[in-house]
Amino acid sequence: MGLGPYLLLATLEGLVQAAVLCITAAGLSLVFGVMRVVNVAHGEFVMLGAVIAWYAASLLTGHPALGFVVALIISPLIVGAIAALSERLILKRLDYNPEATIVATIGLLYIIQQSVLILYGPDARPVDPPFYYTIRLPWFGYSAYKLFVIGAAILIMGLIWFVLQKTRAGLIMRATQFDRETAQAFGIPVDKVSAYVFALGAGLAAIAGILVVPIQQAHYLMGTDPLLLSFIVVIIGGLGSMSGTVVAAILIGLSDGILSMMFSPTLAKMVSTLLVALVLVFRPNGLFGKAAR
Amino acid sequence: MHSKYNPLSLSMQRRTALKTLGGAAIALTSPAVLRPGFAQDGTIKLGAPMHRTGIGASYGRWYERTATAAVKLVNEMGGINGRKVEMIVEDDGTDPKRGTEVVEKFATQYKVDAIFGHLFSNVVAAAAPRAGELKVPYFICSEASLLGAGKLNRYTFQPGITDVRAQVQAMAPWIGSTIGKKVTMIFPDYNFGHDHRDFFTAAIKAQGGEVVAKIAVPPTETSFTRYFPQIPPSTEVIYHVMVGPAVLTFVKELGDYLGSKRPEIFGFIDSLEAVNFNTPQLGFLEGTYFWEAYPRYAQANQTEFDKFFREKVGVDANGASIADPKDISTYSHMFSCWETLFVIKQAMEMANYRGPEQKKDLVVAMESMTSFAEGKEHPQGAKQFNGKTHQVFGSQNISKVEGGKLKVVHRTKIEDGLYESPTDYTKMDL
Repeated sequence: MGLGPYLLLATLEGLVQAAVLCITAAGLSLVFGVMRVVNVAHGEFVMLGAVIAWYAASLLTGHPALGFVVALIISPLIVGAIAALSERLILKRLDYNPEATIVATIGLLYIIQQSVLILYGPDARPVDPPFYYTIRLPWFGYSAYKLFVIGAAILIMGLIWFVLQKTRAGLIMRATQFDRETAQAFGIPVDKVSAYVFALGAGLAAIAGILVVPIQQAHYLMGTDPLLLSFIVVIIGGLGSMSGTVVAAILIGLSDGILSMMFSPTLAKMVSTLLVALVLVFRPNGLFGKAAR
Repeated sequence: MHSKYNPLSLSMQRRTALKTLGGAAIALTSPAVLRPGFAQDGTIKLGAPMHRTGIGASYGRWYERTATAAVKLVNEMGGINGRKVEMIVEDDGTDPKRGTEVVEKFATQYKVDAIFGHLFSNVVAAAAPRAGELKVPYFICSEASLLGAGKLNRYTFQPGITDVRAQVQAMAPWIGSTIGKKVTMIFPDYNFGHDHRDFFTAAIKAQGGEVVAKIAVPPTETSFTRYFPQIPPSTEVIYHVMVGPAVLTFVKELGDYLGSKRPEIFGFIDSLEAVNFNTPQLGFLEGTYFWEAYPRYAQANQTEFDKFFREKVGVDANGASIADPKDISTYSHMFSCWETLFVIKQAMEMANYRGPEQKKDLVVAMESMTSFAEGKEHPQGAKQFNGKTHQVFGSQNISKVEGGKLKVVHRTKIEDGLYESPTDYTKMDL
């Protein structure tokens, strides 16, 4: 295989990773931006999304696309509801104190993970993609579903942008993010906004989980990697900056794809971690972050 | 303080409770319950550290089922030396640290007579030294080549399954002469995979072949396409062996990547243990070859012993659970728990074993063993045991995928896998 096709495959793989990462990290970034909560349990919401997708797929017989579509509808709702509930029961009572919420979400991580282990079991279970087609290129074959994931991610990121920039709900979120106290003074129910945003962030993670599960299989430990990569992306992009998140996700996804193919996956992980360190040293607020006010 | 309950109803409850307790006490003291058909008091306690969770979970599930079935059978046969066998299971999370802790717990808290059932070689490598220090007989069902390499100790045995070194040595001649001599290896990047890499590289070289690329994949990896461009175009045979929860993804992505112009593929069934072959994306495996220690699909010449084993463990002719046809077993590995338990029984009977003070006798009895005949106790086939290296040798199967099922096309002889080793554990202190 020549360098050209080699690069093409690496880029495709990188873009798929970037796509999933974008959605996951967008949720994490949104929650941090609006609520100032570092949600360590974010990866578990990805896992929950995938596991619910498995249940949907195995309960609904017939075409795999049916289960997939149903999962896309119910999974973010269920995960969002779980998130909203934990926000009310835990985060709100901690008054969104940054240190306390980190510890609390670590606890949440284990509660979700172990509950899934008890209820769903320790096995990795496959979920069929909604359609199965392999694109045959002269040098290698590539799953069409993976390209669909890239498309879906672009669509979802577009939606997020639209909601944040063009709707009233988005305005409220941005206002809360910009200045919580002033927003409250202007009659925005910041307390409610927090619950909704936490649910929305978890819902996004769930969607990422559903998109990735036909590629990866649903497993109770699958939340660890997305969490780590999302943090890397969010730190590089700038906490709370949505455009920074997108740029960083593509950067990390592509560099991971290309480096791991040209050299080794371990090197790719080292480079992304090194990038985090460099960003923290030279631009502590991230590439697109604004200095703390 | 006043009780908030009605005194009448309380006394009624108490009366009922007393009756039940009395009944239970009578039942418990009756000889039928105290010693259900066993000639001797006391039990033989076996610790079973199982990979119930973590990357080895699917193996763990079936190891536990197989071991439970074997223990049940042993007890139906009257136990060991007239004593009932009790199996205590602990989850080790397929984690070396936890695996070692569990071994300690078995030795010091439960005070078991022996430990058996550890599989993943990284866990074995960590736990075996501790078992040796605690001087508790430790029977592994792992395929790890650590024993033959002299890296473990006098208390560690592998009497139920052939190690990787013997497996690849037995099969390399067939691979070299039948499907190709230029081999690309894809293996998990830890001890077990390194055994494959090192021993197969040497074995195929002895056949005049060579390994053209060695692709190591971390066992926790979830995405594999990025590794495949390392497969050189000169490859005649892809040799794959993968473990962990993502094995199905691995094989699917390999199929997507290769398409129809694939080289020959020789896989270790590990890459598809607990995975259903009837998955549309696995169609490309038709016509490829697999190593199997023990054929998952009942073959035309199925022995009565295999029938018996499947029935007792609860596995159908396709290697799936009788209760759930989607629950595929780890058939090529789990028989080792069964066979190991019967070896322990045999050794304990030879040593006239009565309790933990005779652990040394058990070790010496184990070392005096030389062979096991095919039978209900050894359904996978006859085996040779090397008392010096504590390692057993058996036959291997090479199966071809035909019509979505595995059909054995070659079975190696025990001698094909034998290798010389300077290791002699009998010279170590007891």
